[in-house]
Amino acid sequence: MSDAPRSIFPHRHLLGIEGLSPLDIQALLDLADEQVEVSRQIEKSKSSLRGRTQINLFFEASTRTQSSFEIAGKRLGADVMNMQVASSSVKKGETLIDTAVTLNAMRPDIIVVRHHAAGAVHLLAQKVDCSVVNAGDGAHEHPTQALLDALTIRRNKGRIAGLTVAICGDILHSRVARSNMILLAAMGARVRLVAPSTLLPPGIARLGFETFTSMEQGLKDADIVMMLRLQRERMNGSFVPSVKEYFRFYGLDQEKLAFAKPDALVMHPGPMNRGVEISSDVADGAQSLIREQVEMGVAVRMAVLEALASHLPNR
Amino acid sequence: MSNQPILFKNARLIDPASDREERGGVLVRDGVIQAVGPQVSEAADAQVIDCAGQVLAPGLIDMRAFIGEPGGPYRETLKSAGEAAAAGGVTTVVSMPDTNPVLDDPAVIDFIVRRARDTSIVNICPAAALTKGLEGQEMAEIGRLKEAGAIAFTDGARSVTNAQVMRRALTYARDFDALIVHHVEDPDLVGQGVMNEGEFASRLGLPGIPREAETVMLERDVRLVRLTGGRYHAAMISCADSAEIVRAAKGKGLPVTCGVSINHLALNENDIGDYRTFMKLSPPLRHEDDRQAMIEALADGTIDVIVSDHNPQDVETKRLPFAEAADGAVGLETLLSAALRLVHEGRISLPRLLRALSRRPAEILGLPGGRLSVGAPADLIVFDPDAPYVLDKRHLRSLSKNSPFDEARLEGQVSTTMVAGRVVFRRDTM
Repeated sequence: MSDAPRSIFPHRHLLGIEGLSPLDIQALLDLADEQVEVSRQIEKSKSSLRGRTQINLFFEASTRTQSSFEIAGKRLGADVMNMQVASSSVKKGETLIDTAVTLNAMRPDIIVVRHHAAGAVHLLAQKVDCSVVNAGDGAHEHPTQALLDALTIRRNKGRIAGLTVAICGDILHSRVARSNMILLAAMGARVRLVAPSTLLPPGIARLGFETFTSMEQGLKDADIVMMLRLQRERMNGSFVPSVKEYFRFYGLDQEKLAFAKPDALVMHPGPMNRGVEISSDVADGAQSLIREQVEMGVAVRMAVLEALASHLPNR
Repeated sequence: MSNQPILFKNARLIDPASDREERGGVLVRDGVIQAVGPQVSEAADAQVIDCAGQVLAPGLIDMRAFIGEPGGPYRETLKSAGEAAAAGGVTTVVSMPDTNPVLDDPAVIDFIVRRARDTSIVNICPAAALTKGLEGQEMAEIGRLKEAGAIAFTDGARSVTNAQVMRRALTYARDFDALIVHHVEDPDLVGQGVMNEGEFASRLGLPGIPREAETVMLERDVRLVRLTGGRYHAAMISCADSAEIVRAAKGKGLPVTCGVSINHLALNENDIGDYRTFMKLSPPLRHEDDRQAMIEALADGTIDVIVSDHNPQDVETKRLPFAEAADGAVGLETLLSAALRLVHEGRISLPRLLRALSRRPAEILGLPGGRLSVGAPADLIVFDPDAPYVLDKRHLRSLSKNSPFDEARLEGQVSTTMVAGRVVFRRDTM
């Protein structure tokens, strides 16, 4: 297998799942499948990004995603630099642009960005010369998470088309949900959204997704149950009354899981609130794919970095 | 409960669910109505109650009563409230959550349900708090509270001023098909007011409460109902403009219903007279024009239910200067008698009145009662709509005696009250 990047991905940036064709997604998943094998070797290194500079620019703390991108870049031979930017110091779009201009002057090849504001990554992408990967922007998109979820599903079920996937929990605030909805629908899955009405984005049903406010109904005959993290600070706001109430009606336990198909698989983007959105016995049970999702995360990020590297202007 | 069937005969049957009115009888067995109508004949083993031509109708369902238990048993207990209710023909009482502790915890709702079952002779259904501690900031555990037995969600005598909290509560409650009951009164507009704002308040030198305190809040709520689709019931309206708002909301098909207190149908601000604190209520008694508008709105169905707004206060909180006295009056025992004034004045038919006192509350709360039909719960009352009496507060069963109808001439008294097939009240004179 050649280490040279192949031009299979016709986009300079990965800013979201929106805008990708099913073929683009399939190509990335196929490439990621290969990276899984690389990661499972004793010698995990490739040279496709040798000499390249990858900056992980995180305006929000995220150990998991940042580590995953860092490992992915390093396995491809890139020089990886992590930049933590305290969100308190970046309050205005102008400051974000200043940061982008400064970084651009350092001539990176790929910038991986996470930002608390939806659309911030798009703004940054307009101001730099290199490729930009969205590692999560506000409640907008988290494309690599959706791709790793898709890869995990495809490897376990052999397909995505025709499956019934229930995405459950805090849909309103979730970039994971938004990217997954678009990707899974594009790949032919039947997507259901399950949440209390206070955590469903207004008008979401008009976008063509089935919505349910009852877990029992939403999970009925589902192939995949994808749980979302509920941020605890929102629990005591007005969205839901309490942790106890949330778990009673919307937390995934064996009783609710029994409404899904017997061979249904359980996913969660992590980190989990055990006893809030998922019970421990389900999270650690035989139907859980949660640990596998983490492994697929590295493979998908390797695939994305490699695919973008094929378009770098200074090749 | 005895298994012996009971036959009511020689009755004027009024079924507010079907508007049917006929002579006949009702046979009750095992807590439900087994037969009803002119053809009902005596069963060999039945205990017979001769109604002697009096009205037999479904028991009244009162959607708004404050009971002091837990926390204020000197004002009213579940037991004393039950006795007062039975004497007034009320077979189901919805108790408000303004207790100590507040009814915002599933365990406390469970306690009330059990305690009421053990001590009260009528059905008492607790309404749980809509927000934690009735503080209007965080919604209560609507799902768990409903599972524990809460029949509706309300902050009782308080209003939720935070529109975002109200929006989310309406949105969340919709998932559980939970009913939100709201006291519509903007506390900022109420300010220091103690009675209806207007000429009479000016003469008495008392600070007034404008009608807008009610209409501003009601208008906001209706718009939030339109946004969220939640089931909403304005606990009590008191003025003509409010009736217009509800009328318009219903015209648009919104899930909005409303109530009126018997006090606002029977009394007006002039009844305050010489600073009578038994007339100090929330919302305040309004102008006669508003009272007339309330009666019209009741007659045309804009107002769905009549409530007692039973709110017992002890002597110490009422024997004070008007401005300092507590709001509220007892009302369970006089609800029917006072409401019958409207029938005697020819303003509303008896079936229509009974519909607002039994069938509509049952429909709004999702209860099986409020109808005279086979299979319905045997929650029944027999009353003589013309029996005259003068109310003597010393004869009230309620532990508190703050009735605005004290010494009033009333017509219509309940002679028998049955709950779940058991006679729980019989007046000696019958």
